[in-house]
Amino acid sequence: MFKCQQTPTARADGLEVISSMNVMFRSKWWSFGFRSAIMLYFIVLIVLPIIGIYSQSVSKGFVPFWESISDPLAWKAVLLTIKLALIATVINVLLGTMIGWVLIRYRFPGRRILNSLVDLPFALPTAVTGLMILLLLGPGSFVGELASKLGFEIVFHQPAIVIAMVFVTFPFVIRAVQPLLEEIDKSEEEASYTLGATKLRTFFSVIYPSMLPGVISGAMLAFSRALAEFGAVVLVAGNIPGKTLIAAVYIFGEIESDNPQGAAAVSVLLLTLSFIILWTVNLIQSRRPVK
Amino acid sequence: MHIEVRNLNKSFGDFHAVQDVSFEIEKGHLIGLLGPSGGGKTSILRMLAGLETPTSGDIIFHGKRVNDLPPQERGIGFVFQNYALFKHMTVYDNIAFGLKVKKQSKEQIRERVSTLVELTGLKGFEHRYVHQLSGGQRQRVAFARALAPEPQLLLLDEPFAAIDAKIRTELRTWLKEMIERVGITSIFVTHDQDEAIEVADEIMIIGKGRLEQKGTPWEIYKNPQTPFVASFIGESTIVEDIKVLKGFDTALSFPGTKALIRPEYIEIGKPGEIRLQSASVNATVKALHFRGSEWMVELLVDNVKLITYRSLEKEVLQPGEQVSVLVHRAYLFNDNDSWIMENSLKVDPMPIHI
Repeated sequence: MFKCQQTPTARADGLEVISSMNVMFRSKWWSFGFRSAIMLYFIVLIVLPIIGIYSQSVSKGFVPFWESISDPLAWKAVLLTIKLALIATVINVLLGTMIGWVLIRYRFPGRRILNSLVDLPFALPTAVTGLMILLLLGPGSFVGELASKLGFEIVFHQPAIVIAMVFVTFPFVIRAVQPLLEEIDKSEEEASYTLGATKLRTFFSVIYPSMLPGVISGAMLAFSRALAEFGAVVLVAGNIPGKTLIAAVYIFGEIESDNPQGAAAVSVLLLTLSFIILWTVNLIQSRRPVK
Repeated sequence: MHIEVRNLNKSFGDFHAVQDVSFEIEKGHLIGLLGPSGGGKTSILRMLAGLETPTSGDIIFHGKRVNDLPPQERGIGFVFQNYALFKHMTVYDNIAFGLKVKKQSKEQIRERVSTLVELTGLKGFEHRYVHQLSGGQRQRVAFARALAPEPQLLLLDEPFAAIDAKIRTELRTWLKEMIERVGITSIFVTHDQDEAIEVADEIMIIGKGRLEQKGTPWEIYKNPQTPFVASFIGESTIVEDIKVLKGFDTALSFPGTKALIRPEYIEIGKPGEIRLQSASVNATVKALHFRGSEWMVELLVDNVKLITYRSLEKEVLQPGEQVSVLVHRAYLFNDNDSWIMENSLKVDPMPIHI
């Protein structure tokens, strides 16, 4: 879009360029070319690999497929992953909403630095994340000692996995909620107060509905990412089959022990799950009448 | 609701937005807070609503000090400049919000909302969302929503600012009628004097955080108490050197006196058209502008510019033409005082001899 900051002639030139570009893009061949390129990209990078996984999983027939996923170690790994990813998502929804809120609504020294630090988990190699957790909370560390004195273990147990997942998916909800929070009109809140609503009521009936689409899409992304996390988790989980072995690590193990079909079978479970989530969220959001 | 405000002050840091404002409003009156932008009108309104805390002073509703009451407990309705409608709610839910908060029964809510929908002419739009409404409709929803919980006082912040000029006039009349029908004490903020004059029972002129004058539009027009009010209401030109005006010589005894002259104070005519020749001065027509229903005439009297209007029915003037100008009255002011003076020469000085 052209903002009118240019001089009139420059603007006219710009418009001419645009219109000649429009003519170019309108030509049938261009449009065909663009569409094909995008379709090709989509097919080669997304559709084919997915089909590959599905066909690999049933490459030896449906019986071995069923055997692969009905292996207790396999389905326990998948269930554990789902459970822990859900916990991590819930934590991130609560934390992320609050952090997004604080970063947008309050002015305090260091706010900008904090705000840019939010993206750190995206930039950090996940193995480094795992190592960080290991060093900070592992045996011998202050927190680790304290926890074991209090009678529970963090590292090599489920809490460590949740912590790793929370850390890795930390920015999703915050970044999805922030633009929506910024858009909220302060006077809508004030209107709610003048109509007699308390702060709490205003938050839940006026502010939260505006944030909800962000919370949902952020949570969805966080959940999918948590399901898929490998690097950070593999270092801190201990990977005890049936106890702290998550799906991604299980898939890795299957490949290591030369069983691509078993790996594909579990992958299919995860993949299908991701599809269902995506579809459900799409459905929810398309029902929403407001843009 | 009877409203009283005493010595209200509001500072934002070093900026003194509202200074020692005191006024009283009778129950059922429709008041316009008029003044230039940034003059503190909205701050006063927001303090009445409880959305802003006064730095000092008292706000009294019905004889009860409400300074420490939050907006929720003041029994007010507030219409925001941008309407601030809840975007994720339908028209119905927007209007019903205040009633739901009050925990009224579903039946009561439905009844009240349908009355208001009927009153505001929004029937058939109940299930629309805000983005599906026009500006005028949004304003009506905001109005209905503010009225739903039956507030004692309705506050409107620039209610017509976001509406295009054509519908604005229509909505003004509508709003005035509506407020009269509901009979609610109302205060609205505007920077548009036509709007204030047309809609309000009484106007309060606010300039630089001070209440300059309060009164009916006619009183304020006829008898402005400060130069600020005089120059803000109506059209006017300021004449620094009153010597050029004939008939105001007595004012010369006060040093530094200036005159404010409204177009309607001035009568012009071709030589001979004006009866009181002795009170008039000669002037040159500098320019003529066609204003739809009349001519706006720019005059030069000894290099002092005056503006007046001339009927289309009268003979058309030409730029450069010599005319006689009779200034009927002037609003005179200096640093200490201000007063209105009639042209002293209008009374024929020698009536007895004729």
